[in-house]
Amino acid sequence: MLLRLLGRVAAAAAVVLGVVLLTFLLLHLAPGDPAVHLAGPGASAAQLAAVRHTLGLDQPLPLQVLAWLGRAATGDWGTSLATGRPVATMLGEAWPWTAALVLLSLGLSYLFGIGLALLQAQGSARRDTILSVVSVALFAVPAYWLAVVLVWVFSWRLGWLPAFGGAGVDADFLPAGARAVDLLRHLALPLVTLTLIGVGGAARFVRGSLFDARREPFLVAARARGLSGRRLLLRHLLRNALGPVVTLLGLSLPALFSGTVFVEGVFAWPGVGRVLLLGVQARDYPVVMAAALVSAVLVVLGTLLADVLRAWLDPRVRHA
Amino acid sequence: MPDSALLHDRRARAGLLLLAGLTGLALLAPLVAGADPAAQGDVVATRFLAPLAHGPDGHFHLLGTDRFGRDVWARLVHGARVSLLTGFLATAIAVGIGLVVGTVAGVWRGPLGRGLMAATDFALALPRVVLLLLLAALWPPSGVLVVLVLGLTGWMSIARLVYGEAVGLMARPFVLAARSLGARRLRLAFRHLVPSLWTPVTVAAALGVGNAITLEAGLSYLGLGVQPPAPSWGGMIASGRDTLVNAPWVALAPGLALVLTVVACTLLGDALRDHLAGHPD
Repeated sequence: MLLRLLGRVAAAAAVVLGVVLLTFLLLHLAPGDPAVHLAGPGASAAQLAAVRHTLGLDQPLPLQVLAWLGRAATGDWGTSLATGRPVATMLGEAWPWTAALVLLSLGLSYLFGIGLALLQAQGSARRDTILSVVSVALFAVPAYWLAVVLVWVFSWRLGWLPAFGGAGVDADFLPAGARAVDLLRHLALPLVTLTLIGVGGAARFVRGSLFDARREPFLVAARARGLSGRRLLLRHLLRNALGPVVTLLGLSLPALFSGTVFVEGVFAWPGVGRVLLLGVQARDYPVVMAAALVSAVLVVLGTLLADVLRAWLDPRVRHA
Repeated sequence: MPDSALLHDRRARAGLLLLAGLTGLALLAPLVAGADPAAQGDVVATRFLAPLAHGPDGHFHLLGTDRFGRDVWARLVHGARVSLLTGFLATAIAVGIGLVVGTVAGVWRGPLGRGLMAATDFALALPRVVLLLLLAALWPPSGVLVVLVLGLTGWMSIARLVYGEAVGLMARPFVLAARSLGARRLRLAFRHLVPSLWTPVTVAAALGVGNAITLEAGLSYLGLGVQPPAPSWGGMIASGRDTLVNAPWVALAPGLALVLTVVACTLLGDALRDHLAGHPD
């Protein structure tokens, strides 16, 4: 078990390192010279060389990567070209917003998704078909469009919720209670967007897993012992069906993160996705580099966590 | 493979019908659009006309007009061309790479196969959208770039699937027979395995097309894909977002079209998968 875990941690570290190398390579291969960007079109050859030297761009690529990794390890992630702020500070502020949004929506998605799938597993074939169509439709909705529609309904038509941001302009001057309400009101629309889409995917996974488990011999045995109803459904069917779902949960994290990037963009939610989007649009290399790294770390950590959870839940996996 | 049993599946029929309808509209776009998707008349008189309204020149606008007075229906059917073409081409690239990587890894099981599958697992763990954003932002935006980027980031799950199938097929009698007759591994891979692999690949492709179309629209929505004034669903949603208050239909129509397309692909993929697994439920 410990050996397996160590292997998984090593693989996760390799993925993160791979992201760094790939990002470096892409930045290096991309057309356009960051030195020209920085120094301006009128810069002389000597000025360009000086800029390249200060940025370390005159070094061979492998040395640049090593230097960046060395600095990143000590917490120096460079300065944003667009805002002039330290990149580490920008991302340090941003990651809790993304982690909170992703974890909350993941939890809610699976809560409602499991409920929906249970309704499908024990009802009529007709109910199953209708709910299947609903979950496929939810699964198919693009995050950025659902976000726009929800803003139209709840911010423009009804005027109930704020359309963007993580806090109101007056948030700093509010008492603690009112501030929490303000935060929740800002959280509502991004969370609902991600959760609605997530419910579609979760319900599809769990339903498939439930229907697979229904064909297993242990369920036939349980039925033969005279079990039925809620006890059969929850104790025997659901518990066994959730194992594969935990693995899928880990595998669906990259996709969930993709949705988060778009949702953060639409709602101006101050998370890693938004930092990445703004950085990409401004060609802010140090920010893009670090945001790509942080998002890779978040995704890889989540997948690792799902793996450990699976082994903890299922002795067959633990001792395999 | 698409035999009659599959066509008895309602999901398969619905999915095929929807996709055929959308493809028909996209192919016949110049005929069914009824207007030039980029045409702008007297902007002040023709902008933000509601759906089903007639313009000042008596022209009927099924889905209304946008802020430049352009016909939303015409832009929608022309945008379908971009979306479907991008989706199909990107998936074709992904299927090509996935098929080759998976088959080669399944036939040459030594270090080569292990290396290929390790690379696949690595690529599968990368957050796709981060790569997409990087690639699309660093190179000048164009439709060709989007197709390439989506194809190059979408092959991994297909390679995994093909690998699993190929390993299974290698133990089947017809492959053993071919081997004992002295077939080389290259011939084995492309004459004997690949034809048997088309079925699972079709499932992955059906699901992949929907995914690619959503991502293409997402990139165009961010301004990193198809460039305006060319009509694309993602670009339409982005420009409709700014005019939600007075003209919500501009953003709603392309979004619904996207949902319908992805639902069609998903239904078809689900039906195919159950059909191949032998237990349609």
